[in-house]
Amino acid sequence: MDFVQSFRLAAPEVLFSLSGLILLLASAWTRSDRGARVITWLTIAVLVIGGAMIAPALANGAAGPDTLAFSALFTASAFAAFAKLLIIAAAAASLVIAPAYFQRLGAYRNEYPVLVLFAVLGMCLMVSSTNLLSLYIGLELNSLAAYVLAAFLRNDDRSAEAGLKYFVLGSLASGILLFGISLTYGFAGTIGYDGIAAALTGKISTGAVFGLVFVFAGLAFKISAVPFHMWTPDVYEGSPTPVTTFFASAPKVAALALTVIVAIEAFGNQIAAWQPIVVFAALASIVIGALGAIGQTNLKRLLAYSSINNVGFLLIGLAAATPQGVAGMLVYLAIYTAMTIGGFVAVLMLKDADGNPVESLADIAGLSRHRKVLAACIAMIMFSLAGIPPLFGFWGKFVVFQAAVEAGHIWLAAIGIAASVIGAFYYLKVVKVMYFDEPAMKAVGHSDWMHQALLGLCAVAISPLGYLLTKPLGALAATAAGALFIP
Amino acid sequence: MIGVEHYVVVSSILFVLGVLGIFLNRKNVIVILMAIELILLSVNLNLVAFSSFLGDLTGQVFAMFVLTVAAGEAAIGLAILVIYFRRRGTIAVDDVNRMKG
Repeated sequence: MDFVQSFRLAAPEVLFSLSGLILLLASAWTRSDRGARVITWLTIAVLVIGGAMIAPALANGAAGPDTLAFSALFTASAFAAFAKLLIIAAAAASLVIAPAYFQRLGAYRNEYPVLVLFAVLGMCLMVSSTNLLSLYIGLELNSLAAYVLAAFLRNDDRSAEAGLKYFVLGSLASGILLFGISLTYGFAGTIGYDGIAAALTGKISTGAVFGLVFVFAGLAFKISAVPFHMWTPDVYEGSPTPVTTFFASAPKVAALALTVIVAIEAFGNQIAAWQPIVVFAALASIVIGALGAIGQTNLKRLLAYSSINNVGFLLIGLAAATPQGVAGMLVYLAIYTAMTIGGFVAVLMLKDADGNPVESLADIAGLSRHRKVLAACIAMIMFSLAGIPPLFGFWGKFVVFQAAVEAGHIWLAAIGIAASVIGAFYYLKVVKVMYFDEPAMKAVGHSDWMHQALLGLCAVAISPLGYLLTKPLGALAATAAGALFIP
Repeated sequence: MIGVEHYVVVSSILFVLGVLGIFLNRKNVIVILMAIELILLSVNLNLVAFSSFLGDLTGQVFAMFVLTVAAGEAAIGLAILVIYFRRRGTIAVDDVNRMKG
């Protein structure tokens, strides 16, 4: 009966969990370098197959009760499919770049791809959740794998510290979220999103408001929105760069999509209650992200503040609380994923003559003299992150602001645009250091062809050529957002 | 008569103690792990109290899941702590400061 149907709907997740277990077992038996590479490519193959299984749901615009599986604990809607495809692409990118980085340090182990696969499984469950319990399980599956990934370079001080900080603050975030969940359960009497939406209408009790606030605070931690952003720079700086690439892309997509789902589905009748929270988090993230980045000398830290800044812009789409706003946010999310992967891969490619990573801003001074293409790519990513046309990053900001204006939040868009000027300062500073300062001749090392290929791909995606994608991307995002707003 | 509000007050107090334990503690990281555990237990108390009050089993099932995840979380936290201790030779919170800014 519908058990078969349930498994069919959740087939990609079942595939991920089974192959994760098999690969984990396989990695226990192979200890060679070559074995780790094979497992990495097998994992990528599994991700690609899973992606191919997910894609039809997005193309068909799957929505409504037909997408519910396992007694409405899981949904395979078009919205979930959009987020999952982004997550899978980001995870595959962070797997492709990993072997070359870790092997130089002699630290590549089979567990890396397996952990990424489990994290992807957790994220897929998160964005497919229709219930606070499946939300929590997915979130923890992702987080537990991520804590280990942050501390993956066991012999590196900074990596171990990043793992510890991520673990402590991530667990605190889970605790806050869980406290909110328990209050929501108590005051709504159910944990299904539909039931919560039905129970919490009109004027709600103080306890339910507390539950809502705690849930949003926990989610703000996971998307690193201000005022819960303090872990981000440390974790991004300390984690190995491929892991940072992963953290800045896939989990961020998943957590933002989850925030949208919870806001629209579970608390859809309480927009007036959560809108001020989201607006505050959005504006504070934009401003703090921009101001915090100004004094940074480490490129990974700088990109961490940039991601805080971008989360602010993404939240403006949610603050609009309309299908257009959510669709704009999804478009921005896709562009942001390309920009952020490109940014961190570029950092990964900066190496000195001995192959040691170069991460400080002073060391890339005058990069344009000896690494012309790399400098041009970094400049393009910086301009795109700043939202300067004709690069594709501009389009993301444009659709989000347009949705905010259409929903009547003109002041929100105005403050956001004004604050993005502050952000432009440090993006342009990077470009200035690369092009106009005296060459430091530090980053002269050779980079791996796989990194070059991926950076090239990201650079093409965010170049003006990206505008060819606006139509299909916009249509897919509108389909996905439509699936979420079906009552 | 003890009603559900008493349980909520106790669990709120436990939750606040757990959060304060993370932020005010300057001694060592093990205390932070205990504080995290305290937060999760306060949540469980809440869930079970509401479950009994509502006459609905969901909360108790949820509490079981939370307990299971908490065990996994503690295992991973201790493993990371061991890695950290091997490198630094200390688990004092004030020494976790290699990165700043």
